[in-house]
Amino acid sequence: MASILAVDDSASMRKMVSFTLRAAGYDVEEAEDGVDALQKAQVRQFDCVVTDVNMPNKDGITLIRDLRALPQYKFIPMLMLTTESGMEKKMEGKAAGATGWMVKPFNPDQLLKTLLKVLG
Amino acid sequence: MSIDMSQFHQVFFEECFEGLEAMESGLLTLDVGDVDSEVINTIFRAAHSIKGGSGTFGFTVVAEYTHIMETLLDEMRDGRRQVTQPAVNVLLGSVDCLREMLASIQNEQDVDEVSVAQHKAALEAVLNGVVSEVVVPVAAPKVINEAPKVQVAAAEVTVQEDDDAGEQGWKISFCPYLDLLKTGNDPVRLFRELNELGELTATVNAQDVPKFYELDPEECNLSWDLKLVGNVSSDEIKEIFSWVEGDCELEIQPIAKPKVIKPAPVVEAVQADIEIDEPAQIVAAEPEIIAKPVIDTKKDPEADASKTAVKASSSIRVDTEKIDALINMVGEVVITQSMLGLVGENFTMDKVGQLKRGLAQLERHTRDLQQSVMNIRMLPISFVFSRFPRLVHDISSKLNKKITLKLVGENTEVDKAVVELINDPLVHLIRNSLDHGIEMPEERIAAGKPETGTIELKAYHRGGHIVIEIIDDGRGLNKDKLLAKALEKGLIDENIQLTEKQIYELIFMPGFSTAEQLTDISGRGVGMDVVRRNIQSLGGNIEIISELGKGTTIAIHLPLTLAILDGQSVAVGDEIYIVPLVSIVESINITEKMLNKVAGKGETFRLRGEYLPIIRMRGIFNVQSINKPKSTEGVIVVVEGQGALCGFLVDELLGQQQVVIKSLEANYRRVEGVSGATILGDGSVALILDVPGLVRLSVR
Repeated sequence: MASILAVDDSASMRKMVSFTLRAAGYDVEEAEDGVDALQKAQVRQFDCVVTDVNMPNKDGITLIRDLRALPQYKFIPMLMLTTESGMEKKMEGKAAGATGWMVKPFNPDQLLKTLLKVLG
Repeated sequence: MSIDMSQFHQVFFEECFEGLEAMESGLLTLDVGDVDSEVINTIFRAAHSIKGGSGTFGFTVVAEYTHIMETLLDEMRDGRRQVTQPAVNVLLGSVDCLREMLASIQNEQDVDEVSVAQHKAALEAVLNGVVSEVVVPVAAPKVINEAPKVQVAAAEVTVQEDDDAGEQGWKISFCPYLDLLKTGNDPVRLFRELNELGELTATVNAQDVPKFYELDPEECNLSWDLKLVGNVSSDEIKEIFSWVEGDCELEIQPIAKPKVIKPAPVVEAVQADIEIDEPAQIVAAEPEIIAKPVIDTKKDPEADASKTAVKASSSIRVDTEKIDALINMVGEVVITQSMLGLVGENFTMDKVGQLKRGLAQLERHTRDLQQSVMNIRMLPISFVFSRFPRLVHDISSKLNKKITLKLVGENTEVDKAVVELINDPLVHLIRNSLDHGIEMPEERIAAGKPETGTIELKAYHRGGHIVIEIIDDGRGLNKDKLLAKALEKGLIDENIQLTEKQIYELIFMPGFSTAEQLTDISGRGVGMDVVRRNIQSLGGNIEIISELGKGTTIAIHLPLTLAILDGQSVAVGDEIYIVPLVSIVESINITEKMLNKVAGKGETFRLRGEYLPIIRMRGIFNVQSINKPKSTEGVIVVVEGQGALCGFLVDELLGQQQVVIKSLEANYRRVEGVSGATILGDGSVALILDVPGLVRLSVR
């Protein structure tokens, strides 16, 4: 099953995401912020990255930009979880290399459905 | 899949309360004139997280509320809005409001909708307040921004009308730019999704693919003509392509009709309408909104005081370092155990030395392990202290006093249970210092003191205790006044000479209050006697040092943990009891003859000229002694409880040891005079004496 890196500074959101994905059979690793995630992503190769946008130390968009610059993450799907329904943040994320996004609030089913889109 | 979301609620609530605290301390440090963007950012992020989480976990009220806060903070963060003191005050009020909302939700109570609506209105008023000053420039671009959206929407409506007119399908021309793959998007995924909507036929155009030796495999050189048959709306298709918008050329047309009819004139008409309507609405709505904040902001500070009963959280966050230490210790124990196991196999007497060494090691490791486990429950006292800057800020402005709060030793660690229970007593003591201790600025200047008073909140470890001191540089306690008051209330006898310490202790007597009139700051019907009782119930004590005109220091001594206690074991008949070491003053060997019987008042012992009331442990616990006959010799353990000395008559003193407290209430029921039980080395149970409780019991 595909491996996913779930990044969120909020423990409750991170637990929710990782629990949902694990329950669906994915191999999930958690990271607390962009810095943590970037480091973990280089230790092992993930098939997909799901990240919150607004985080301390390194925000999600910067994380996506940094990951895309790594050859092993050039084509890996990366989803951002954002609370903003406006297009501005999404476009900023896209410019950084995000594959797509999910607007919070979302429920576990929506999350899995979206993930299926990119992981097939 | 159905997932029980409630399992994440506890973590969510904890996170929220932490976030609220961060917001609060951020708001308090926010200098209105010179805003630190990092501070604003932190506050914003906290609000943002609460909003995101509450939406996800289904707490819509909270999400809606934080959304307004977030909008306001976002504007402050971007510099679009100035940070003003009134705005900060409204935000502080909102923090309180949110805290109450979350507490209600956590305790499964109804949210106080009136209060929420009031705070919401105050927030919205601040939010809209600036718009009112610059109605035209702010409102106008907004409308223009919205205009293209309207156009799109209108276009879609017309297209859909075509759709409804019986057209069953779409022709999609999808021409990705070269870089499409570099966002992790895959055209195949898009087609798969389209195929779920209806019957998809895809034709690939490969004419742009370069010669093999010129081919860059990272680029997308293909384009597609797609035909989707089925009752599908254009919105559904657009949704699927939303992630690749801007990364491709996309044309979506109904199958039968060659081109979308452009409904330009209609759109313009709609646009015109909106441009007139919107600003008019904004202007009209203003007066109503502005009227509200005055009422709300004034009510805020007091709201938080009465409701503090939040369900004590049962989970705990632990530093990973502590867990590592624990794992390390367990490793050591396991090694020692296997070493001992080896010694035990084919044991011969010449291995005694090895066995002893092993046991000594095991003892050391067990002690370290105990230490590490206890450490997990330890939290920095800052969990309690962090609430006080706000309290001091609110109350001092209410009293028109100038006061700075100094926090010292915030990282001092103490058991979680102590942290939870010490808050209320501390709040009371700090309110007292604010209200009665620190003088008004004029009074201070007249007394030659700096205009701004200082309250220092200090925590440090001493022995097995944590000491918390509340030090103010206020007017100090007036001994004569205290004495006069106590006499007037009939709490003391006129003829008795009291030491300085005893006079200060009067404050803790039930029914004593020095304030000429009770104010709503400190006099809330809870006296210092309750504060002392609470602290004693935690196994601690409280003392006062004061100097008239210079200030007062209140020191609270508390055990570091409520799970382990330093005890003195005493023998009474066949039983063994544990007396908490903290309450023991001294112990004296006596014989029966040295006790004096006082008619109607029990027995006393003359200790250095003072009469010490005696409680016979055999009597009070009705101890049978079959194995040990009653002796005429005994030991008086002098203890301090309820502010007075008292002697417990026991048979003999045994050792001092650390005992693990087991709750009697949880396993049996509450017993007066006993605070808990423990299991001794030989497996028998010993009761732990509740000293103040026994003193109360004996008075009756």
